Amino acid sequence: MLASLHSSNTSQAPVAHFLSEHSCLSIDHFSLAYAGKEALRDLTLSVPRHRVTAFIGPSGCGKSTLLRAINRLHDLNESVTHSGQVKLEGQDIHDPQMNVTELRRRVGMVFQTPNPFPMSIYENVAFGLRLQQRLPKRKRDDIIEWALTSAALWDEVKDRLHRSAWQLSGGQQQRLVIARTLAVQPDVLLLDEPASALDPISTLKIEELIRNLKSELTLVLVTHNMQQAARVSDYTAFLHQGELVEYGPTDQVFTNPRLQRTENYITGRIT
Amino acid sequence: MDITSDSHSQHISRQFNQELEELKTHLMAMGGLVEKQVQDAVFALLEGDTRLAEQVRDNDRQVNDLQLQIDDECTRVLARRQPAASDLRLVLAVIRATSDLERIGDEASKIARNALLLSENSSTIRGLVEVRHISEHVRKMLRDALTAFARFDTDLAMQVVREDQLVDDEYSSAMRSLMTFMMEDSRSITSVLSIMWVLRALERVGDHADNLAEYVVYLVKGLDIRHSDTDDLDPKVLKKS
Repeated sequence: MLASLHSSNTSQAPVAHFLSEHSCLSIDHFSLAYAGKEALRDLTLSVPRHRVTAFIGPSGCGKSTLLRAINRLHDLNESVTHSGQVKLEGQDIHDPQMNVTELRRRVGMVFQTPNPFPMSIYENVAFGLRLQQRLPKRKRDDIIEWALTSAALWDEVKDRLHRSAWQLSGGQQQRLVIARTLAVQPDVLLLDEPASALDPISTLKIEELIRNLKSELTLVLVTHNMQQAARVSDYTAFLHQGELVEYGPTDQVFTNPRLQRTENYITGRIT
Repeated sequence: MDITSDSHSQHISRQFNQELEELKTHLMAMGGLVEKQVQDAVFALLEGDTRLAEQVRDNDRQVNDLQLQIDDECTRVLARRQPAASDLRLVLAVIRATSDLERIGDEASKIARNALLLSENSSTIRGLVEVRHISEHVRKMLRDALTAFARFDTDLAMQVVREDQLVDDEYSSAMRSLMTFMMEDSRSITSVLSIMWVLRALERVGDHADNLAEYVVYLVKGLDIRHSDTDDLDPKVLKKS
């Protein structure tokens, strides 16, 4: 404890804590602008492997923009310009050699509103797999069972795999979408407000799922719900007006943040 | 990051400001009552005032009631507000502080009970000088610890933490003198034992004041300095910013 008395609380460097963790994503001096209007300004942070990292901040702070940038979802928007680097396991995602389809297989994304395809539960999970490769049915069935089990949905749907996915509840649909993403075995899962449209029990199921998935992949969570960030994440990054204000272990950010701006935000003070 | 004593009045929710403000006010009220209990108990002992001693003994119930009330308020804030950062530290510090204040109240009752026992003793009582001396010291520690809590003053809190070592030394030396009194005159053993209990109670008041001071550092700095050697702490970390 004394070691922490002497070091962590005196340090002002925002990124100093992660030296001991293996980095999965590293974002280096990354800036992004929509039609010349800067949305992300010179962000540098490293997302540790097999950990849950939460991005928090007020609306418009750039947290979703950053999440989308990791998946290159801005590619088709011609007004978007960016500089700096985002590296996935050391490889620049904007490298011309990088295959975007392959990037999006490795970096899965789940959105706020569950978006199952208008087909059966089974076909939803099989969708990405079919695009990727031809598999014998037995093998495909195994992967689908594994994905639905990993998404904590198997027991609830195993008897009605061929019914429409739209018959599921909101929370089940969201877990189905997560299963669909998991089926193609990504390295990273990006979650943009995954539980904000769900009731508290479904939210807890998603949070439990996030914790369990940590052993298999790296998770990045964007949330407005600070208690949720506090409950599930290992690291928390606070963004404000496109800048990274504070980034640290969640335990520290929620008990003793280093900066006044972070303190004000997480404790609901007037800034 | 350090906080100041008005940090808890800047929330968007004014109701929340008020709840935290009330926690502080009630804790200070409990602190004031406990401080008075110690003062009265020692006065009753030194002056042989049995009515005052009985009053101190009876007032302990009020101290206990305040502890229950403040703990209840803390539970409500935790359940309804899910406080974070300095708000969370305030609630935790208040919960811990009420427990120490309640113990100080118990020590005051002990002193009062011994004052009542000693009042039945007609011979001269040895050791009152030591009681007076140590009681002044621990009462100052308690007062400073409460002031440090009210003002979020870590310098004053650290001073209290350092004082506790001096009180412990004074206590050991007083115990040695009392032992000599007992050896010199075996008829004094009963009354000297009572005085020893009183000194023990005062020494414990000092320990609890030391705990209160440590909670102030936790509250303001987010550093838990319990169980650490104060000499090892980095003065730069503790200094006011």
